[in-house]
Amino acid sequence: MTSDTVLSRRPGLPGQGAVAQLACTLVQPLLSRVVRRIAAAHPSLFARLGPHQTTDFLIDPVELPFALHLRPDPLALVFRAVPRHAVPQVGATIRGRFMLLLELVDSEEDGDAAFFSRDLEVTGDTEAVVRLRNALDDVDGSIAEETASMFGAPGRTILARMRRAYANEPKGHATR
Amino acid sequence: MAVKDMMKLTLGPIAYHWAADTRRDFYARIADEAPVDEVYLGEVICSKRAPFHEPDLPGTIERLQRAGKTVVLSSLAEVMLKRERRATEDLMSMEWPEIEINNAAGLYARGNRPHRIGPFMNAYNEATIAWMARQGATHVCLPTEMPAPAIAVAARAAGELGIGIEVQVFGRAPLAVSARCYHARAHGRTKDNCRFVCEDDADGMPLFTRNEQPILRVNGIQTQSESYVDLLPETGQLAADGVTHLRLMPQDVDMVGVASAFRKVLNEEQAPDEAETSLREICRGRPFSNGFYYGEAGYRRIAMATPA
Amino acid sequence: MSLAELICPAGTPAALRTAVDAGADAVYCGFQDATNARNFPGLNFTPEELEASVAHAHAKATKVLLALNTYPPAGKVDLWRQAADTGARLGVDAFIVADMGVADYIARTHPDKRLHLSVQAAASSPEAIRYYCENFGVRRVVLPRILTIPEIRQIRKEIPCEIETFIFGNHGLMVEGRCSLTNYLTGQSTNMDGVCSPASDVEYLRHEDGSMSSQLAGFTIDRFSPDEKAGYPTICKGRYTAPHRSEGYYAFEEPISLNLSRLLPELIDAGVHAFKIEGRQRSKSYVRGVVSAFRQAVDDIRAGREARIADLVALTEGQKQTQGAFETRKWR
Repeated sequence: MTSDTVLSRRPGLPGQGAVAQLACTLVQPLLSRVVRRIAAAHPSLFARLGPHQTTDFLIDPVELPFALHLRPDPLALVFRAVPRHAVPQVGATIRGRFMLLLELVDSEEDGDAAFFSRDLEVTGDTEAVVRLRNALDDVDGSIAEETASMFGAPGRTILARMRRAYANEPKGHATR
Repeated sequence: MAVKDMMKLTLGPIAYHWAADTRRDFYARIADEAPVDEVYLGEVICSKRAPFHEPDLPGTIERLQRAGKTVVLSSLAEVMLKRERRATEDLMSMEWPEIEINNAAGLYARGNRPHRIGPFMNAYNEATIAWMARQGATHVCLPTEMPAPAIAVAARAAGELGIGIEVQVFGRAPLAVSARCYHARAHGRTKDNCRFVCEDDADGMPLFTRNEQPILRVNGIQTQSESYVDLLPETGQLAADGVTHLRLMPQDVDMVGVASAFRKVLNEEQAPDEAETSLREICRGRPFSNGFYYGEAGYRRIAMATPA
Repeated sequence: MSLAELICPAGTPAALRTAVDAGADAVYCGFQDATNARNFPGLNFTPEELEASVAHAHAKATKVLLALNTYPPAGKVDLWRQAADTGARLGVDAFIVADMGVADYIARTHPDKRLHLSVQAAASSPEAIRYYCENFGVRRVVLPRILTIPEIRQIRKEIPCEIETFIFGNHGLMVEGRCSLTNYLTGQSTNMDGVCSPASDVEYLRHEDGSMSSQLAGFTIDRFSPDEKAGYPTICKGRYTAPHRSEGYYAFEEPISLNLSRLLPELIDAGVHAFKIEGRQRSKSYVRGVVSAFRQAVDDIRAGREARIADLVALTEGQKQTQGAFETRKWR
């Protein structure tokens, strides 16, 4: 993939070296809990993924110190933080600002619109991304809220604060 | 062999805006030299062009019939404006020659009187073909994008109904029509103000991708394939499957030569690969495709698995 | 005055519920196969999902229209017939059809069901529409997006059925049901497979300078500079060169969406019965935004108020909108 070679050489993104490794280690237990809970609550999601249950996705929130590796295989679910210098070979990459990605997951933003405005960037297997998008879009309610609620009041506070901060930021390109 | 002998070669309607004298010369030569059985005449693409060549139609019909060709008049693919509605209605009132209908407005006007179904009518399946036959269709030209297995089923159904079935075997594939004129658009004009720029492109206006790859042809409101459909090697299979008519679409090449190449294969005077070689020479290196027939991307050229 | 029903897209059961909640008068949807023209990966309904969705919609007095608007290739007609039978059994309110064989089957087998003529049938004249009304009992025609309002008004006077027009969404340029562009490059047919620029053949390539190419089956359809708005990777929205156009240009249409929110009163006056919102492939977020905006506008018009019109440009393709042919013949 052209994009992956570009990505690894792109300067200015956070997530290099030891700090990123540490961040990944800290966040990993949470990710595992999150994804298992969501998978258990929304089994129909996997049917819409069809053959792409075993595709590796890289979800790349541009301003975070790490990217996320997702493999939505119901039999061996993978959702882990990876430092940018050690991203695995993946079938598809979805890149954008973290809150945009979160809003897409929750269908608060429209994926096509984010793509048209170039806030969202998709590379690799486009069908895999379309299936993932449609699968998530068929989930009622907010995955972000569910996740935050797993961590009680503090979780909900953090989510609310992130949303406020994002609302005040100028929206920009995925590549910036 | 007997089956192949019974197959008819047809010449489809000219899709382009060829000048009136070019058309006259073209049909004179077709009448005198081209080994085709049936010729479709008339403007199918753009109603604005019709006045340029309609005055010549009676003479052309007479000339072709004198040469022993069956003449069929084709109707417009798109009917929206008043003049298009009237042109369609007028054509449908004719008792003779035969009519090929390309728009449901034509079907409405024609009622149960006999008619042919054109390739723009979307006769994709046996149920639709049976419906059409019950309404008076005597002959159906299938959509150019149909794959071989569907052609075979459709041809069998048509055979049982006792109607003809036709497949395009040569020329650019019709890929789309629009209300907008893309020829005019390329020249910064609108359809109402086109000044007939499409006349400059006798074989369509080429479009290239940003990597300079030729991809499509623009013909007024129509979009065509860059490649010429060529099913010459497949004529044996088409005959075996019950297709009764093979359609050659007029391109800006020696169409007498094209018709002769197909005729020689149908008559088994020449092997398909030999005829194919002369067809390539006639078409001066233009790309050939048969992807639709094999259920692959239309632009592709699929080699036959086994010789015919 | 016509009822000005709002006909809303539903790509998934969740989107259907969203459309119902946002005020749809009817939703339209399809099965997960070639029987409808949005046969996209991960989209559409299983029969079980449709059954639950019909119950949900009917409980809120919303109608469900089932799109069976593709053309079965010979030998595969049964798939469409089974889909019609299933839809009838599950109680959908109408079928949206294009193929004459499919229309004939439903008219004979399920004569109590409403038939709507899909835009895929490309019926753009009173005569063509009357053909389907008289032969199959079609009760409503979805008009192609190529007619001006005076032309629609004239058609209304000459046909015995209701008119539905698109008011928002993808601005289809080619005559629907007559386009084989996708099949030419990918081997999948819009008419026979319900596929348009299939995601499996789409690839986005990002270049060092921040620009992006969209490719379909290896053909470069377009290339966007870093700051340029993008569109769908369809052949008809691509940029090409031609002998007179050495700079790449949008040979067919630029990425742009139809938005007729300002023309709603005129359309109602011209005799349009139902307004269709395109976008079964879009998200719940789009459905929620667009349906509620048009719900409000239509309610305002019904109440005799000036319509409040929400800004929907953020949801449009290329972030641009047009009134297309509805506004002027020059569009052609």
